[in-house]
Amino acid sequence: MTRTIGNMQLSTPGDREIVMSRVFNAPRALVYDAFTKPELLKRWLGVHNGWKMTVCEIDLRPGGKYRYAWEGRDGMKMSMGGEYREIVPATRIVATELFDDPWYPGGAVGTNTFVEEGGKTTLSMSVLYASKEARDAVLKTPMEQGVAAGFDVLAEILKG
Amino acid sequence: MTPATHLDATFSALADPTRRAILARLANGEASVNELAGPFAMSQPAISKHLKVLERAGLITRGRDAQRRPCRLEAQPLAEANAWLETYRRYWEASFAHLDELLEEMKAQEQKPAPSNRSATKRKR
Repeated sequence: MTRTIGNMQLSTPGDREIVMSRVFNAPRALVYDAFTKPELLKRWLGVHNGWKMTVCEIDLRPGGKYRYAWEGRDGMKMSMGGEYREIVPATRIVATELFDDPWYPGGAVGTNTFVEEGGKTTLSMSVLYASKEARDAVLKTPMEQGVAAGFDVLAEILKG
Repeated sequence: MTPATHLDATFSALADPTRRAILARLANGEASVNELAGPFAMSQPAISKHLKVLERAGLITRGRDAQRRPCRLEAQPLAEANAWLETYRRYWEASFAHLDELLEEMKAQEQKPAPSNRSATKRKR
């Protein structure tokens, strides 16, 4: 099932995976920098609804580690980290990811690819979970109250 | 079924285009197998097979009328699947809106070969 909203696409191919893609109006070298340089990453990743990124440490090389932490309103905290498995500059990053307070079993492997065409960059983010059970647990993530969907919204999903 | 299994059944039931089309048709009101088979180049047994999958996933229910057994769309499982997608999407959409801004700033800086003091200060935290 794929949903397209604006320039973002979300799909759940297979049992263990969630894939998202999005087009950015910038060359891939810049998008890649924004994904790999801590001072840039802190300005956007997970910055939503009062959350701020407070820790961003990156050792960008195969076998190198990274660590992210966020703080939300009312002192809520979230943190995660992992290890880089593959780095192709401005093209591809493969890394393991594990939350410090995981709500799903096992870790996951994230793959980000950057493809440039006509000055625009398509980012594709895939997260492959350890098991179907883990992916299902992620699908149930109660990050916030879900929205009530009426039949009009359903019709939109069904088109996808 | 546990809630997670339930949601997974929803997602796999939705993975098939024929089943999505059947649900889209049922969003306009209940229909019999015959009525559903009409627009598809498919036999009634083939449609019935899809209906069984949808019924098991709780996406549709069948009426008691022995002759017609009309199919009806059940909104709850779809609403659950959609709520997750909405949450996930909103998280990333907010993040990416900040990233869009940042990229515009980075592009503007690249076009100015001599970085100004202002932007140099701004990039410090």
